[in-house]
Amino acid sequence: MAEKKEPSEAAIWLGLADNTFTRQKTVKFGDASAVNSGRFYSILIVCGLIMLWVLSSRLGLVKEFYWPTVGGTIDRVILLVTEGFRNISLWEHVGISVFRVLTGVLCGALVGIPLGFAMGLSSTARGLFDPIVEFMRPIPPLALIPLIILWFGIDETAKIFLLFLASLFIMTIAARSGVSSVRISKVHAAYSLGASKMQILRHVILPNALPEIFTGLRTSMGVCWGTVVAAELVAADRGVGSMIMIAKNFLQTDTVVIGIIIIGIIGYVIEIIMRYLERWLIPWKGKG
Amino acid sequence: MTGIAIDKVSMVFTLPGGGEVHALNDVSFDIKEGELVSVLGPSGCGKTTLLNIVAGFLAPTSGEVRLNHHTVTGPGSERGMVFQQGALFEWLTVEQNVAFGPNMAGKPRAETHEKVEHLLNIVGLKDFGEKPVYQLSGGMQQRVALARCLANEPDVILMDEPLGALDALTREKMQGLVLKLWKETGKTIILITHSVEEALFLGEKLIVMAPRPGRIEKIYELPFADQGMTKSPRDIKAGADFVEKREEILSMIWEMEEEIMGQTG
Repeated sequence: MAEKKEPSEAAIWLGLADNTFTRQKTVKFGDASAVNSGRFYSILIVCGLIMLWVLSSRLGLVKEFYWPTVGGTIDRVILLVTEGFRNISLWEHVGISVFRVLTGVLCGALVGIPLGFAMGLSSTARGLFDPIVEFMRPIPPLALIPLIILWFGIDETAKIFLLFLASLFIMTIAARSGVSSVRISKVHAAYSLGASKMQILRHVILPNALPEIFTGLRTSMGVCWGTVVAAELVAADRGVGSMIMIAKNFLQTDTVVIGIIIIGIIGYVIEIIMRYLERWLIPWKGKG
Repeated sequence: MTGIAIDKVSMVFTLPGGGEVHALNDVSFDIKEGELVSVLGPSGCGKTTLLNIVAGFLAPTSGEVRLNHHTVTGPGSERGMVFQQGALFEWLTVEQNVAFGPNMAGKPRAETHEKVEHLLNIVGLKDFGEKPVYQLSGGMQQRVALARCLANEPDVILMDEPLGALDALTREKMQGLVLKLWKETGKTIILITHSVEEALFLGEKLIVMAPRPGRIEKIYELPFADQGMTKSPRDIKAGADFVEKREEILSMIWEMEEEIMGQTG
């Protein structure tokens, strides 16, 4: 039998060849773990897109009104970093948006977690709040913007209140489902070990609900980040969302594109931080 | 005296859509202090319901359970419970799980620590105190559950198929451990199981239950648990008496199952 040539490490890393384990499988189609990273094609597509952008800038294929050139974008980034946008530094635009999200999520969690616990533990609380929570749950927070502008105007309170609402119902539902997910044998075990009701709440129900609360926090962060940008598009003079909206009015397409990229990066960074925190704070997640 | 009296206990569950399930019908027996009683029966015979009534998680429809002449009305720390699996607190380490009872009672930390160390030693988990419980194998987790229960110094230990989810070899080893702990601590134990062999090997008294309605079919007094400390478990289980009893009970349960099939079919 002819000796088969082993593929190189580099080829495996690039996804041009399967690793040893996958090569031993005879059934590959339909086995998700047999699909390799295909890293070569990722690199190809990213490089290709950048090349296309460079080329179209050089040749002036696309009007700057529709899509900025490479050189123009780099100049604009430098300008934004050094001088800011409309007398407000770039960091302040980004900072205020992040601040709004964090405050909104924090307020939502502070109210939503106790509310969800109450709903999971008491029939009265469940009866009282269930209609409100179930009614508010499917409403996109953005649909509340007009009403909130009528109530609070367009100052900081309005935006934070909107984000508070956006995270409130997510957190309430997460905490409630965290409470309901406790396995009855754990509660029984704690009772027969002599724990009081308060001790069971503190030492069994709370830690048991933490993974779901954290998933709620992660979802809230994502939803609130999306909501803050949209809210800033409608009514704000600071923040990443307002920055791209104002830039649009001045036909500064490059600033708009840079703003969109910043929004994407920050959303991604938030997700990564939350995942890291989750692994660090709740290592038992999914291990019950 | 920490005897248990189960006195004419009946349990009827009313189903949400109407209709009733007679989980237990007029079950009575006594358990002496320090006795190890195993309860065996086909699924649906109400053995877990019975244990939950003794534990105080369920109130019987009629009859009562008395512990030292006091009627059981709810859970209490004098009745420790070992569950099948998944009743450990996965957010705590092995040591914190075992120390749960004493910590809730506000016992001094140093004293508790010493007791926990001692118990972990007994169940063979000496160097595992700092580990999170989810890193342990199923058998080790059940050792933690046993230690957690013992740390609270209950008078009675209620075991709800504690070895049910373990593989055959681990299960056999754990049976030895249960026997050893029972002999050393002298606790009163009620063991629910669906393994005939386990029920015979561990129970001084074996209660065979029958389903629909859940009731006592037969009570055996058995010598095997007493032999367990001197003879090897394998020898006991291969002995002629043991095999004879095992086959007798198996065919009894087999008949019950057949009867159920006949009723529904």
